[in-house]
Formats: sequence, structure tokens, C-alpha cells
Amino acid sequence: MTDSNARIEEIVNKADVVLFMKGTALFPQCGFSSRAVAILDHLGVAFETVDVLQDPEIRQGVKEYSDWPTVPQLYVKGEFVGGSDIMTEMFQAGELQQLLEEKDVAKAV
Amino acid sequence: MPMPADEIETLIRAGIPDARVEIVDLAGDGDHYEARVTAESFRGASRVKQHQRVYQALGGRMGNELHALKLSTATPD
Repeated sequence: MTDSNARIEEIVNKADVVLFMKGTALFPQCGFSSRAVAILDHLGVAFETVDVLQDPEIRQGVKEYSDWPTVPQLYVKGEFVGGSDIMTEMFQAGELQQLLEEKDVAKAV
Repeated sequence: MPMPADEIETLIRAGIPDARVEIVDLAGDGDHYEARVTAESFRGASRVKQHQRVYQALGGRMGNELHALKLSTATPD
């Protein structure tokens, strides 16, 4: 396992919900990341964000870690859930809410 | 660099021969597309796996030449 894989594994297991994104939750730097944040905000779950623009190793590494070519990427309890299109589809179908409940994810305070 | 819609369609069809592909140019700028891909061979695969198959068909272009492709996948009714 490479160093960046080990770093990413640590990050995704540190919080229940982790979003790798461009920019921050307050200042997203891309429309897809902005949409991902809006969905998580709307669902009212606590989540950590990682700004890949601040860390080239993570930016490249997270794509290899999940075999997924783009950012944002959502992880719940260490598992890769999808990018913004999958998040949107799952949210609209009520499946994202269901997944978060099943995984007993903490609510935002 | 923008990529023409028919090239995206050709690549996806080449990688997933049973796919029905619909490309929408969302912004009219040849750079922001939506691809709707329907394939019988997606049946039983998770959404993540279905999307990964399309990304594989696009052979590394996603996230590079293609930075803004909205993707949705489905199986035929």
C-alpha cells in the first residue's frame, strides 16, 4: 500500500461521513462539490471535508483509492459511496437518507 | 480541451457494446455534457460499478479532457 493510500484510509475512517471536494464547505470551488455539500447540509448529518486543491497527493491518491476519476467523493464509515451524480440520484430516491440511517451516522449539531 | 459529443458516444459504445447512449450538451459550449447510458449488461451491478464501467470506456479522459460530464446510468425497463 502506498503512503497516500494509508493517509486516505486514515482520513475516511476518522469520521462517519467524509467528503473529498474542491474548496471548503463554506466556499466550494466547483459546482459538483457545491452540490454534494448542499445535499449533506440538507440531510443534516455531521461531515468532514477534505479540500483536494490544498493537497496534490490526496487529489491524485483519492482517485486511485476508489478507482474513481473525479472529485467530489463521498465516504460513509470508510466506504466509498459515489460522486456527486450518484449522491444526487440516491438523494432523490431517498436511498442516501436510508444509507445514513442504516449506518447510524451522527446528526449535525 | 473540449471534446465533441459524438466522440464521447463512440468511446462509450466501444467499451460497452450493448449501451444506448444519449448525450446532452448542457451549456451549449461543447464542454459540459450529460451522458445517459442504458445497458442490459449493467443489470445487477451497483451504481458505482456502472459508472466505473463508463469511466473505463472513456479511458482516462474523465477528469481530464472531460471535466464536467454529468453521468446517469440505467438498465432497460
